[in-house]
Amino acid sequence: MDIHEYQAKKLLADFGVIIPRGGIAYSPENAENKAREIGGSKWVVKAQIHSGARGKAGGIILCNSPLEVAQATDKLLGKKLVTNQTGPQGKIVNRIYVEEATDIKKEFYLGLVFDRSSESIMVVASTEGGMSVEEISKEKPESIIRSKIEVAVGMQKFQAREIAFGLGVAPELINRTADTIIGCYRAFSELDATMVEINPLVVSGQGQILALDCKMSFDNNALFRRNQISELRDKTQENPSEVYASDRGLNYVSLDGNIGNIINGAGLAMASMDMIKLAGGEPANFLDVGGGATPEKIVKAFKLISMDDKVKVILVNIFAGINRCDWVAEGIVQALDKIEINVPLVIRLAGTNVDKGEKILRESKIKYIEANSLEDAANKAVKVLKK
Amino acid sequence: MAVIIEKKTRIIIQGFTGKMGTFHAEEMIKYGSNVVGGVTPGKGGAKHLNLPVFNTVKEAVDSTSATASILFVPPAFAADSAMEAADAGIRTCVAIVDGIPSHDMIKIKRYMRRYSKSEKMSLVGPNCAGIISPGKSMLGIMPGHIYKEGRVGIISRSGTLGYEAAQQLKDLNIGISTSVGIGGDPINGSSFKDIIGKFEEDNETDAILMIGEIGGPQEVAAGEFAKKNMKKPVIAYIAGLTAPKGRVMGHAGAIVSAYGESAIEKVEILKECGVTISKNPSVMGDTVKKVLDKI
Repeated sequence: MDIHEYQAKKLLADFGVIIPRGGIAYSPENAENKAREIGGSKWVVKAQIHSGARGKAGGIILCNSPLEVAQATDKLLGKKLVTNQTGPQGKIVNRIYVEEATDIKKEFYLGLVFDRSSESIMVVASTEGGMSVEEISKEKPESIIRSKIEVAVGMQKFQAREIAFGLGVAPELINRTADTIIGCYRAFSELDATMVEINPLVVSGQGQILALDCKMSFDNNALFRRNQISELRDKTQENPSEVYASDRGLNYVSLDGNIGNIINGAGLAMASMDMIKLAGGEPANFLDVGGGATPEKIVKAFKLISMDDKVKVILVNIFAGINRCDWVAEGIVQALDKIEINVPLVIRLAGTNVDKGEKILRESKIKYIEANSLEDAANKAVKVLKK
Repeated sequence: MAVIIEKKTRIIIQGFTGKMGTFHAEEMIKYGSNVVGGVTPGKGGAKHLNLPVFNTVKEAVDSTSATASILFVPPAFAADSAMEAADAGIRTCVAIVDGIPSHDMIKIKRYMRRYSKSEKMSLVGPNCAGIISPGKSMLGIMPGHIYKEGRVGIISRSGTLGYEAAQQLKDLNIGISTSVGIGGDPINGSSFKDIIGKFEEDNETDAILMIGEIGGPQEVAAGEFAKKNMKKPVIAYIAGLTAPKGRVMGHAGAIVSAYGESAIEKVEILKECGVTISKNPSVMGDTVKKVLDKI
């Protein structure tokens, strides 16, 4: 789960990371008042969307008066911001963060992620702040400092100091920088995060170490014990179909093609997408109804796919294990009884009781194209599309 | 003797009396697995499916001499149960459960470092279909009847894609020595490399089919291991050639975040390691057959 910049800043501030003064606003008047409250003579108006690269997309505006803050807010609120991470549809701006402008002397990159090779937490830092970590590793790989943290004992001060010295921070700021890094580590580990990123972490003109932009992501599997984090979810930033799916226990990712998929198991779903592409088609989605594929889940899956206008043909591929094909077939019959589908349907069943399952489908009123293998299903879906 | 489990392997079910535990215990018993009891804290002393229920894994091991366990406990308690199994001297623990937090998985793995190599439990999963040695024993939730007895080892992150492979092999009259589901989570108990090494030493396995997917370094690590240490042929399919970068595809672990983690990159690196690639998921069986015909 992703959260907004202002939310991440607030969380990190609780762990001792220093952030510029700022406040959230939902209207131009609101923003103007916030600017006056914060004081000073320069402010930054920042669109809050779940995406990086907002600056290049015009989502971050420097202002010289509270009036300009109001105008900038008016310009951004309610608009869709398209960045290189949002896709062409962009993301809607519903919240504005007003922050005092910072006089930047130096910019660093600081990130924390899981390192899957060593199964530990990895801190990544670079002197090339402001660039994305992908750009840094492409253009300035020699600037990257990595440190693996033993999770059983947590991050030690010397490890944080080493990073701070590695970044070339002035001696009087080493301790402060180390505390910032340790604060991020503690937030990562105590809040079940999967990513913490401060980019840039800056040295200000006043000699402060400040987190100028922050990003955090969290482990969905751990949200059951992180109520404080779950509450930060902003569904307006997610694809509506994906929200619909996740609320119903389906694993769904919306894609650009026109062949809708209903598949059980994530691996089989990815494999089916590969087959569609190989057959010359494009998947409209990734949809895993779960290894179990209960009839209820199948009904929900059909409902979800039927909401997608892009879909011109539906491919169902179920490999039944403990859930038998006859049971799955009944789920499909039930679903199509309730939901009207106006596009061709290709169904491939395999596994336990496949003969019984196919019999149920053949004897039902459902109009569908039967497929007997993964390849056959993909080929038939593409073929019917081309007609 | 098959790898990991054999016909006589004594199995206990953790989370025995729950709905999932009960259902799959019955399926395993029907298949012929040697299930000797189970654990549900607070229900010790009772009988369930005509087998004894224990309060702790230690009691279960003491009284049944079980060496394998399978976890059907909810994700929030799974880490605790896995560590309890390790501490009680269980040799192989399969965690079926989907949804264990990554931080908990790291905790389990750190906890297990206290044991010497000879004492250490091997954890398989989580979020997996388990292990089956056809005709011998099933320590998992797969449909046993699609697995024909034979001499090909399978290692798969995905459950249903593993079934797909077993079915394709069966249709070509090729059998399986053991199939191991290592699960779709980013941090898992056993890696491709851990299992592939066991297959290399197994005198009942002639070739290994590895079914990987996008995300993480494990397929590449196994390929490099095979290049250096293995004589048996390795065949691989990597799912997710069409998956977009940076998105989680169903499995929490299926996300491309670094070089060598996309399907195309993995395929290229595995080829360099001498692994035969199944170009698409519908020819996994055919690709294995071609390799077997050459042996």
